[in-house]
Amino acid sequence: MNIEEKIRENLKEKIIDGYRYSQRRYYFSVKSSDIVEVARFLFNELNLRFSTATAVDTPKGIEILYHFSFDKTGEIFSIKVLIEDKKNPQIDSLTSVFPAVEWIEREIWELFGVSFLGHPNLKHLLLHEDWPKDKHPLRKHND
Amino acid sequence: MSHKVIIPIGPYHPLQEEPEFFRLYIEGERVIDIDIVIGYNHRGIEELSEHKHFDQVAYLVERICGICSTSHPFAYVNAIEDLAHIQVPERALYIRTIIAEMERIHSHLLWLGLAGHFIGYNTVWMWAWRYREPILDCFEMITGNRNHYAMMKPGGVRRDILEEHISPLKKTLDELNKATDMFYGAVVDDPVIKARLKGIGILTKEQARNWCVVGPTARASGIDIDVRRDDPYGAYDRVDFNVIVEKEGDIFAKTLVRIKELYESIRIIRQCLDKMPKGEIETKIKEIPAGEGIGRVEAPRGECFHYVRSDGTNRPIRHKIRAPSYMNVASNKIAAVGGTISDAAITLAAVDPCYCCTERCSVIRKKDNQKLLTGWDLIKLSQEKTEKLKKEMGL
Amino acid sequence: MNLKLKALTKSIWVFHAACSPCNNCDIEVLDLLTPRYDVERFGIILAGSVRHADALLVTGVPNYKTAQRIKKLYEQAPKPCFVIAVGSCACGRNMFRESYNSPCNLDEIIPVDIYISGCPPKPEAMIAGIVKLIKKVGSSKGY
Repeated sequence: MNIEEKIRENLKEKIIDGYRYSQRRYYFSVKSSDIVEVARFLFNELNLRFSTATAVDTPKGIEILYHFSFDKTGEIFSIKVLIEDKKNPQIDSLTSVFPAVEWIEREIWELFGVSFLGHPNLKHLLLHEDWPKDKHPLRKHND
Repeated sequence: MSHKVIIPIGPYHPLQEEPEFFRLYIEGERVIDIDIVIGYNHRGIEELSEHKHFDQVAYLVERICGICSTSHPFAYVNAIEDLAHIQVPERALYIRTIIAEMERIHSHLLWLGLAGHFIGYNTVWMWAWRYREPILDCFEMITGNRNHYAMMKPGGVRRDILEEHISPLKKTLDELNKATDMFYGAVVDDPVIKARLKGIGILTKEQARNWCVVGPTARASGIDIDVRRDDPYGAYDRVDFNVIVEKEGDIFAKTLVRIKELYESIRIIRQCLDKMPKGEIETKIKEIPAGEGIGRVEAPRGECFHYVRSDGTNRPIRHKIRAPSYMNVASNKIAAVGGTISDAAITLAAVDPCYCCTERCSVIRKKDNQKLLTGWDLIKLSQEKTEKLKKEMGL
Repeated sequence: MNLKLKALTKSIWVFHAACSPCNNCDIEVLDLLTPRYDVERFGIILAGSVRHADALLVTGVPNYKTAQRIKKLYEQAPKPCFVIAVGSCACGRNMFRESYNSPCNLDEIIPVDIYISGCPPKPEAMIAGIVKLIKKVGSSKGY
């Protein structure tokens, strides 16, 4: 059973949508409240390596993609979550699952204004400490 | 009872050529905690990228970092080609591979030199950088510039490797092979270097997995990953090479991995030069459709990750860049804690940090009742330790 | 030419401040010290602290975090002090002009004596630049 089938089998109730974009690239959508459980399963059970997370500001809300890499086959599984509340976006932090996510969550927090609940050290990483609180440089300004 | 001392290193500290800021918490001689402050290099490239069209972005991402200045455009074009399902001509794939491996050679030599300097072996620094120059000359011959090669473009490469380039390049590789033998002997057989680097700054396999480190840092801790083999891009699936893995996880293992990789890079370039077919060097791209693509490249420091999303216009709507040092620098936190201050300089440098990449972006802050040691003092301490060891060994 | 300036043009000690560069100018600056170019034969070395330096060499485009630091560095430097801007970014912000994190040009923060442009300038160009600067200082009385 390959990793894609394992994900589809074990996370049946949680996956909203899933597709294969190209040979080694898979995308799955899950609910934002399920992300900690999903990440724990991928990291601990399937032994995937966390590559990085990407936040995208879309008209529907802020989308976060967690990219997991399976190094035996070179596949990347991107887990998409959508945070619909753009005024006050919130999601659970993954720092309890693996510490490597700490910096990228701080970065998304300062560039997109997403609060990560349970993050131990949510402060500025890249920008100046006096950066205005309501200004998030990577948010689109057309809405 | 020793009291707690805070040592700030940086942001401007001599010879680590980029601004970064470490706050070391010291008790006696031991490092008990470390704060890493970055952001001195942040230039907002991800946002700038959303305002440039797909061809221009290749130039922009090249300027993320001068040392891995082909890895980023390479990962970016991989992402675009994944997004738009573009087939790249065979010859272009080989040329890309040659350029990427030449870059690995120059980057590893650069690190070796700086590492030598940090432990007080300036001779290693001078020799390593002396052998780096011929590679830069080859770059200038092929691409027209010593750094920032501007070779990658979506769909192919910008310049061809001409017939007359091949023999000087091969000659340089032969010389370099001899030089690598010399470095291997100088580093592996030297008792002082062994004493300084063995068992220092250990990152165990478990820690390496939890912090998701990549590249030589991971391979030195026994994690067998290499994007070149796992997720082949360019012409890497058409050539034969070994992935170097060491188990110890200390700085000596990291050094060994990098030196052994020099041999592999030389082998890859030689094979590419022999196998490279004739033909086109680019495919014309009409338009980039809506979609998303992920491109990965094994940069000299590890996996370089680019994610591009397009909505069918001529610009990306999101371009995420994750450089290898982003994961590796964070792991410094564990590697340096528990060591002594004189080992801190080399431990912090051992992951081959690249802050330009990390942030896609020195003044020493002095608070009351903090003892102040500059980065310079730290290097001095490190160099003194080598001298002391030498004396003890009777050298 | 007064004594201070005359002394300044001999054996220039350089403090290298990287103000969010791409690293490329920086490694070329270090290249100057290695055997092929070896500027140490002219007495040019990198100083460990700006207080010991005759020249402040700046690479890269200033961002909010480094802009104030670079100003402080210049204030700490003993005067007279040359300021050398190396690379297109330090000369005119290059392609980072529109970045949200780049407030102004380097010469709006501190006075720049010589601009060495190029992306990155070749080591030969840097040596030529320094030579021009020394000649200029040597020929003008009221520098």
